[in-house]
Parts: sequence; structure tokens; C-alpha cells
Amino acid sequence: MKNCLVVDDSKVIRKVARHILESLDITVSEACDGREALSQCQSSDPDVVLLDWNMPVMSGMEFLQQLNATRSSRPKVIFCTTENGLGHIKAALDAGADEYVMKPFDRDTLESKLQIVGVL
Amino acid sequence: MREIVATSAMRMLTELLEQKTGQVLSESRLWRLETALGPVMRARAIHSLEALGEAVQADASGGLATHVVDALLNNETSFFRDAHIFAMIGNALIPEAIARTQAQGREPTLRIWCAGCSTGQEAWSLAMLFENGRARWPDWRLEILATDISHSAIARAQSGIVPQIEAQRGLPVSEMLRWMEPEGDDWRIGPALRGKVDFRRDNLIDPKVPSGYYDLILCRNVLLYFTPERKRDLFSVLARHSAPGGWLLLGAGETTIDLTTDFAACPDHRGAYRRVDPA
Ligand SMILES: C[S@@+](CC[C@H](N)C(=O)[O-])C[C@H]1O[C@@H](n2cnc3c(N)ncnc32)[C@H](O)[C@@H]1O
Repeated sequence: MKNCLVVDDSKVIRKVARHILESLDITVSEACDGREALSQCQSSDPDVVLLDWNMPVMSGMEFLQQLNATRSSRPKVIFCTTENGLGHIKAALDAGADEYVMKPFDRDTLESKLQIVGVL
Repeated sequence: MREIVATSAMRMLTELLEQKTGQVLSESRLWRLETALGPVMRARAIHSLEALGEAVQADASGGLATHVVDALLNNETSFFRDAHIFAMIGNALIPEAIARTQAQGREPTLRIWCAGCSTGQEAWSLAMLFENGRARWPDWRLEILATDISHSAIARAQSGIVPQIEAQRGLPVSEMLRWMEPEGDDWRIGPALRGKVDFRRDNLIDPKVPSGYYDLILCRNVLLYFTPERKRDLFSVLARHSAPGGWLLLGAGETTIDLTTDFAACPDHRGAYRRVDPA
């Protein structure tokens, strides 16, 4: 079974994402900010990270940069954020994000993005 | 499943749908009726299906009937729906259609008909696929005709506007950036693709639009709610417009079995049907 780390400071978003991911037969772990996510990536080695942009302690972008620096083979990274502007999307792709989900999102969107990055 | 006993207003509205479009709303889907028609009723301050039925009958212009029918159609679609089908089109069907067209000495143009195109994502996906593969067929043109019976779906397809939530469904973000541009909170098909699809409103059970032959016809997730007789009629329409040796693609779970001998499942390409040469 594939494993997804959901990184978001909103408990509601984590719950919604978990619900959708579990219905797609994906195991879910959670983190509330980038720093916590980094340590979880060390210990649990997820297949994919669903990543919010704006979070306290460490942002999604900082997380991604550190992940790139520390890991040679890293999980797929899908940004999932309300930052829906062209500038943010391009910056995320330049930083190596594999996909981008604009909030609000639904099950079909998430499922199709997981297929696109090859996790489903 | 909720059990619902059809009232005469429900029967009248579902008969209207079937008469105009061939789509049958089965008893088990009747519960959708009130939800689907909610916006039409609210816009006219109509408070019950009975009152709506009467208003439809009283409206000689037929405008209200059109809104009712549009609201009852299932327009669900997405970019690259069933991604493996689009991979097959790009990897196998387009190259083979090009080879066949060349062998016949025809001009370097392929023709595709999306029958039941909804809000346009299927046709735009084909246009993207063809342009992405440009290097493999530099001198070829692709004509895409896309038709649907729904006024509102065709109007949206023609506008090129795709609401944000649909813009990301099935579409890799890199493709979204390449082919679309932001438009307020939504996205719009960009100038490089606009003009590559000819969207027309047309009824598959009484078609006016397609002319000539198509190398590839997509009629996906349209047949589902047709009666077997309607399906047979529709397959003859599709056969009439299929180029010799052309392909037909249906939705997952749709089949030609017991419905037509004009198309035969294609063993090399799972999910594709080939036009059988008329004897
Ligand atoms: C579920 S959508 C499928 C869209 C697209 N082909 C896909 O697979 O994603 C079915 C479409 O068929 C259209 N349709 C239903 N009956 C039709 C008819 N008699 N003539 C033309 N279009 C029809 C509906 O309006 C709807 O947009």
C-alpha cells in the first residue's frame, strides 16, 4: 500500500485529505508544518507528500528546498495550497514540485494528480 | 438507494428529456430530478416539480424546456479522462491514421469528431495531445469537430473558460501552464489552442452537423442512458461518418455487442473499435 504524508496546519484540511486518500487505499500520516514533515520523511519514507504552502515554523517551500538538499531519492511532492497565482505555481515547479493542487479541491482532482505522479 | 414513486410531473419531465435527447432517467435516478432542477426552479421562483411541469407546458417558446433538459443532462467530464485511451490515441491511432491517409494519397489532414463533448475538455485534450506530438507529424493538420446537445455546455466550451476546480482535474500542471491562462479565479484556453476545435450544438439522435468522414470518432459516456434501439440508431450515424478503417472510441463499460456490426473491437488496441468495411 502507498503512503502519503499530509502536511497542513489546518486540521480540517488534513482530515478531508485523509478521508479521500484512505478511500483510494493510501495510508496516511500527518504533519502540521515543514519541520515536522522533514523529520517524518526521515522516519517513515512516504511515497508522496501533499504539501501546504503557508504554515508556521517552516513553509512548504522551505520544506521542499531542504528535502531536495538532504535526500537523493525523495518522495513525490504535490503542493496543495490556496496560493493559486501563476507566480507561485511556476516557483513551485522550478523548485522541483511534481504537481500542484489549487484549493479548493475534490476527490477526482486529487485522484487524477496521484495518477499523474505515478502513485496510483 | 432511495425508493421514489414517480409523480406525473416527474414522468412528464423525464419524458421531455427522453424525447429531446434519447436519455432515459431510470426510476433509481429519479431522486436526482429535484436537485438537478433546483437552480432552474429557483431562478423562476417555481416551488414544486408540479408547478415546473405546468410552466414547461405553458411556455410555447420552448425556452424553459431547453433549460430543463440542459439541467437534467449529465455533463461530467475531465481532461484526459481515462488517460490510457489518450496514450493509445497519441502512440498508435494517430500514427496509423497518418500512414493510412498517406497510403490513400489524401491531403495531410486528420479529422476527429467528439460526439457528446460536454464542456470541451475531451476535445481540448485531443488538441493538446496533437500539438505536443507536433515533432512527429510536422506537416499534418488536425480538424476537431466537437458536438453536444446541451446549450450551456457548448456555450462554455466555446468560451474557453474552465472553472479552477475542473482545470486541474486530469490535467498535469505543466500542461495547464502551457495551454491555459488564468482568468480571474478561473482558467481560459490560451490562444495557441483556441480555434483548434469547432464546437457546435447538435443532437445525436437527429444530427445536422457532421459532414463527410472522420478518422477517429469519440463517443464516450454518452450511450450509457440510451435505450438499445437508440444505441443502434446512433451506431448507424457514427458508421455513416466514419472513414473507411476509421476508429470509434467508447467510454469505459460501453460496448458495441449486440448493437452494431459496423464496428468491431480492435484486438491490437484495447478499447478501440474499427469501422468494418461495408461488404
Ligand atoms: C457524461 S458527458 C461525457 C463527455 C465526454 N464525452 C467524456 O467522456 O468525458 C455526456 C454528454 O453527452 C451529451 N448528450 C446526451 N445526449 C445527447 C444527444 N442526444 N446528442 C448530443 N449530445 C448528447 C450530454 O449533454 C453530455 O454533455
